Amino acid sequence: MKVSTEWLADYVSLENVAAEELAEQITRAGIEIDEIEHRNKGVSKVVVGYVKSKEKHPDADKLNVCIVDAGQEEDLQIVCGAKNVAAGQKVPVALVGAKLPGGLEIKKAKLRGVASQGMICSAKELGMNDKLLPKEQQEGILVLQENVQVGTPIGPVLGLDDQVLEFDLTPNRSDCLSMIGAAYEVGAILGRDVKLPKPEKELMEVSDAAADHISVNISAPEQCSHYAARYITGVKIGPSPQWMQNRLMAAGVRPINNIVDITNYVMLEYGQPLHAFDADQLENGAIDVRLAKEGETLVTLDGQERKLEPHMLLITDGVKPVALAGVMGGLNSEVTDGTVNILLESAKFDGGAVRKTSRQLGLRSEASLRFEKEVDPGAVIPALNRAAELICRYASGAVHKGIVEAGSAQTEEKVIVLSFDKLNRFLGTDLSMLEVKTIFNRLHFSCADTAQGVLEVKVPTRRGDITLDVDLIEEIARLYGYDNIPTTAIEGQTTPGAYTKAQAIRRDIRKLFTHGGWQEVITYSFTHPETTRLFPALTEGSHAVKLLMPMSEERSVLRTSVIPNLLDVAAYNANRKQNDLAVFEIGNVFYTHEEQVTVQPKELPVLSLMLCGNRVDKQWNQAPESVDFFDLKGALETLFEFLGLEDVIRYVANQPEGYHPGRSASVYLQHGGEQVLIGTLGQVHPQLQQERGLGDVYAAEILLQPLYDHTSEEIRYRELPRFPASERDIAVVVDQGVEAGAMISAIREAAGELLQSVQVFDVYTGSKLGEGKKSVAISTVYRHNERTLTDEEVSAAHAAVVTRLEQTFHAELRK
Amino acid sequence: MKEKLEALRQEALDQLQGVEDVQQLNDLRVKYLGKKGALTEILRGMGALSAEERPVIGQVANDVRGAIEAVIESKQEAFQKAETEKRLQAEKVDVTLPGRKMKQGGVHPLNRVIQEIEEIFIGMGYEIAEGPEVETDYYNFEALNLPKNHPARDMQDTFYITEDILMRTQTSPVQVRTMEKKQGHVPVKVICPGKVYRRDDDDATHSFQFNQIEGLVIGENIRMSDLKGTLLQFVQKMFGPETQIRLRPSFFPFTEPSAEVDVTCARCGGSGCRVCKQTGWLEILGCGMVHPEVLRKGGYDPEVYSGFAFGMGPDRIAMLKYGIDDIRHFYNGDMAFLKQFARR
Repeated sequence: MKVSTEWLADYVSLENVAAEELAEQITRAGIEIDEIEHRNKGVSKVVVGYVKSKEKHPDADKLNVCIVDAGQEEDLQIVCGAKNVAAGQKVPVALVGAKLPGGLEIKKAKLRGVASQGMICSAKELGMNDKLLPKEQQEGILVLQENVQVGTPIGPVLGLDDQVLEFDLTPNRSDCLSMIGAAYEVGAILGRDVKLPKPEKELMEVSDAAADHISVNISAPEQCSHYAARYITGVKIGPSPQWMQNRLMAAGVRPINNIVDITNYVMLEYGQPLHAFDADQLENGAIDVRLAKEGETLVTLDGQERKLEPHMLLITDGVKPVALAGVMGGLNSEVTDGTVNILLESAKFDGGAVRKTSRQLGLRSEASLRFEKEVDPGAVIPALNRAAELICRYASGAVHKGIVEAGSAQTEEKVIVLSFDKLNRFLGTDLSMLEVKTIFNRLHFSCADTAQGVLEVKVPTRRGDITLDVDLIEEIARLYGYDNIPTTAIEGQTTPGAYTKAQAIRRDIRKLFTHGGWQEVITYSFTHPETTRLFPALTEGSHAVKLLMPMSEERSVLRTSVIPNLLDVAAYNANRKQNDLAVFEIGNVFYTHEEQVTVQPKELPVLSLMLCGNRVDKQWNQAPESVDFFDLKGALETLFEFLGLEDVIRYVANQPEGYHPGRSASVYLQHGGEQVLIGTLGQVHPQLQQERGLGDVYAAEILLQPLYDHTSEEIRYRELPRFPASERDIAVVVDQGVEAGAMISAIREAAGELLQSVQVFDVYTGSKLGEGKKSVAISTVYRHNERTLTDEEVSAAHAAVVTRLEQTFHAELRK
Repeated sequence: MKEKLEALRQEALDQLQGVEDVQQLNDLRVKYLGKKGALTEILRGMGALSAEERPVIGQVANDVRGAIEAVIESKQEAFQKAETEKRLQAEKVDVTLPGRKMKQGGVHPLNRVIQEIEEIFIGMGYEIAEGPEVETDYYNFEALNLPKNHPARDMQDTFYITEDILMRTQTSPVQVRTMEKKQGHVPVKVICPGKVYRRDDDDATHSFQFNQIEGLVIGENIRMSDLKGTLLQFVQKMFGPETQIRLRPSFFPFTEPSAEVDVTCARCGGSGCRVCKQTGWLEILGCGMVHPEVLRKGGYDPEVYSGFAFGMGPDRIAMLKYGIDDIRHFYNGDMAFLKQFARR
């Protein structure tokens, strides 16, 4: 809401308060002032001039030589290039020495040999927003109204001395979508009186009753609680007075004609939107407020045909729709230059209904904006009277006796009981009763003590946002000043703060990876539908969750895996020559088991990893080394050991989708005899790598919830070994397909309890071994906690190992 | 004989004087002290001496041997030392060449800020509460005093999944879920960090996905002055002990009274700079006293209990703290950006 201070001063004195100071005070009391607009953009020494004569320039077709009376000692000769300049006009004249916006300074000049003592200005040259001017005023010089005094400085004439405060209103403060509302607010802040217009006193009615000419009926009382109309005849359509146009322009509203301007002016003044119908276009002057019928249409003022739906509220004349209630008038009953008689509407339409209609039609107007936020029911009649009075005065209309209305205004003031004790307790203040009452007085909320320490506060209808005692407490607090509320510590029981187990583990995992050289990333939860099919293992058999109205296809569903995002990160960085990456993300993936979502989708926290490029940077003393599957697997092994889960994790090469079938695995967690899939890892499928323009990329995704659930918080010390260990190495040749993991399990079983550790230390393939064979070298360590093992014991165990390998894997012992 | 020995000593010491390497030294050792060396040669003549002379000459011979050995020993040591010195010189490395670094990753700058905030509040006795990112209309709006068609829903454009299920637009639903979980017990002291989503065209300061941290305190006598005290304590820990706060009345449907909170600009300390647009203040928090309707929906009688809530945006705080000019940097995984925060 743009609030002209010149206009505001009609209702509340702004004496000795500079616009900047006022803006600061309003902001500190709760309404942010976004901007102070100085309407004068640098105009000085421009006055009203009267064009006495206009002659063609002797040497230039497009120039005119004007003799102008600008109230100076002598008439001025001014050369003017505007087409629309004419004798008999009053115009803004920049005198010699005048300054115009943009730093232009007017000097004596000769134009094609003819002396010019000044300049006749256009609106644009005066720094005015010419988009708010009628078309004919946008081109050429600005022609002023006839009644302005020659020689007067142009500032007051065009309202250029005005300063406009832009109120950035929160949704609750729609009361300040009006000058009067703003005046109440400013009055409360400054502690000054508020003077209101008194249309009911000013208005002169003709004796012929309006009710004999027009009628009003509400067929949709839920959507319209009150509809009031006046009948005004014999109006003369013309421009509205300059001061009104100035104020409208200050508010950002374009002046059109006196009738439209007056309805807009009063809307800005009272916050009550009005509409003027050409009464002669209404069938019998009858108004019926009803809901639209299926298939009905209406051409609105902007010339567009609107398809109406049954929930939309219409103003009809009993035969045809003439307006979309509270949103926009119909073209068929528009006030035109030929309009003589008007029906003036002031009504209270339901905010929700107007909101729904205006949203659906994409039609938002100053009127709908106000109705949506519920207009003040107490302003319907005063605003109607005010507009009638102004039409009478500025459009020579005869206002017929009486208001024709249906429904009724709910103008009863709400009474809210406020406990004085609660007020101070709630705020932590020590306000006196007198201070509280003074603030209510400033707000024009009347209040009375009913019992000891209890106030009954009457809230004016314009403040529909105040319904509870805490709303009153806020009013007190903001006018008392939030800065004046003390700063205290919470009293009572103290509480221990802590992370939950899951939160602590998540943080520790983040630490583990970052300390191990991995960079954390955060990517978007929304993705392209295609990507949700790439890595389905952890959300197998489910559907991706779709957004109802996505901003783009690219981000139209919720991610089911973070890996595709990490591939994007790889591509993004590859384009910037960053090829060596080790990144991770901890975040959620989403899925649903429903075709059509009816319950909240599932959210799974996952840890996702991505490795590509070199493990070791090329440096003077080291050759670059590419990452491989085992860098990734090693990272996971480290993680599981860190969480004490290494003994219950299994890797199974079952070719999870999305990965290189020969370089990938699923990760299972064994618990109570069951194996639960908790993740996948591997090289990204080469085809997908190629599609993304990437080299070899390794990725993994691990569900975090099972890790949170199964991680033991307990660390138990194991006694350090006191007896020496015996080591035995063994190298065998087996088929390529034999998995090391299977051999190790077999060795563990065969060797029995004496075996302390077993580790593969070499894997080798070569032509000497034969086609499809590989050599695996394994070291084993035997130890007994209570005594030194004898050579015989170790040998026996080792022999069992060899036998088992031979039997199970057809292993050949290498000697 | 004695003269012979003395002459031998003189000769040996003279020769040792000019020795230049270990080889020469060893040669001289053999020459004079070896089994077939000069000293042994002379001592062979001992048998011809009288019983009186023998110990005297023996003593002299020992002296001579000792003197020669001492010199050889010290020479030997000197040579060894020089040798070592030479070897060490040869092993010299160029210390200005780069070393092999430990691998060092980094926490995402947003999580850095979030963790820092979490730690501050944990220190102040808060728990961390979390909730789903895909929420129901009830928790995201209705329970927060934002019924359908409420004009304040304009303030946040929502990504809907269905009419009733949506991407949460704020972390405030976690407040309601926390209250339900606490089942009317007090005190409640939580902060709720998490991702939120709003339909917003991305630009340097807007992202459709960002983060929020919400705080909620409920007790029997929680005052607005406690809210001010809590926030002051927090910002002084977060931005430095000189930091001040300023509350401006505002509007949120779920608090009443409500306030926007400005802190003194960390860059200029309040004197005005580009970051704070010359105002000396930065808006970083919204807060207020929990609306009675919200308390009621969470199972707390507003006549008995009161509370405060606050919310802040880690994205904005991180941008201010690190001087980041574009919010989109957080989400595109650019290593050149992220690596800048890979330090303590």
